[in-house]
Amino acid sequence: MNDLALQVGQTATPEATLFWILAPLTFVAALGMLLVKKAVHSAILMAFVMIALAIFYIAQGAPFLGIVQVVVYTGAVMMLFLFILMLVGVDSSDSLTETINGLRPIAITAAVGFGGLMVSLLSRATLGRTAVGVEGVNADGNVQGIAQLLFSTFVWPFEVVSALLITAALGAMVLAHHQRVQERPTQRQLSISRFRGDSLATTAGLPAPGVYARHNAVDVPALLPDGTAAAASVNASLKARGDVLDSSLFELGTVDTSVEEEK
Amino acid sequence: MDASNYLYLSALLFTIGAVGVVVRRNAIVVFMCVELMLNAANLSFVTFSRINGDLNGQVIAFFTMVVAACEVVVGLAIIVTIYRSRRSASVDDASLLKR
Repeated sequence: MNDLALQVGQTATPEATLFWILAPLTFVAALGMLLVKKAVHSAILMAFVMIALAIFYIAQGAPFLGIVQVVVYTGAVMMLFLFILMLVGVDSSDSLTETINGLRPIAITAAVGFGGLMVSLLSRATLGRTAVGVEGVNADGNVQGIAQLLFSTFVWPFEVVSALLITAALGAMVLAHHQRVQERPTQRQLSISRFRGDSLATTAGLPAPGVYARHNAVDVPALLPDGTAAAASVNASLKARGDVLDSSLFELGTVDTSVEEEK
Repeated sequence: MDASNYLYLSALLFTIGAVGVVVRRNAIVVFMCVELMLNAANLSFVTFSRINGDLNGQVIAFFTMVVAACEVVVGLAIIVTIYRSRRSASVDDASLLKR
């Protein structure tokens, strides 16, 4: 791995090819993160960006960081993100409509300003400067070099960071710990509240979805006697995801009246 | 190829992340955009480490990763706690102090 990084660092052409293929893809993926509707798609694009960055690290003579990036970010952090996404589920916050008036134009203007400032600053500050390269400091191996720095100059920050990790783990445990404010209602209490409540509409439970013999999947609402869809018969998260089908798709066009009923 | 191209990419990624934090409403996506900003900063650290021929930048990037991991753990725990009490992961809904 280290040899590969050194070769890529010394010969400019393969690295330039790598960069000009991967950098636009990374940029598009990052932009896609903003534009896609579903959080899961954002997470997948984010994973792509992180892997691309890991490749950039390895290409720039930082194989240790590249591997750590894949293991820590794409492995642990993104898995945690997806796990929480599954836990929280889909809701209306996924929608891209702006809730604060004028926020989006202001944000885009500020971003163009900031990005333009950064790029122009960089172009003025670094033009004409050739990179020294990390081949010299990586001579004994990248991991060995980092280890030497980490356990000499940076040994105190290293210890502080370990304390931070333990604190974060404890904090997450405290935050995620769930204590019931009220006693959990018993089955008897639930039954009483169902019958003595304001309405008897849901006494027998919510209506089941899908009544047609041609299609009885959970994504089709049941029909009320007057032919309208019963909104309560479809799961709320399916509705939020926009996966609910129209019952009329499965209606029979004409009723065959020629069939005599058997006596 | 000039190594400063990586710095341009890093600046662009950071800007995209900043826009995402402001524009998106889902707290988890906002968090991912914060991660993108941290990653963009890491890319500049690694690039500067290469430009200057010094491993210090890579060590700092390593520390950034550790701090980002801590931040994700605590942040996601907060999101789950808010979701439990308010049944929503939207950052606009958590504005009780304003009203």
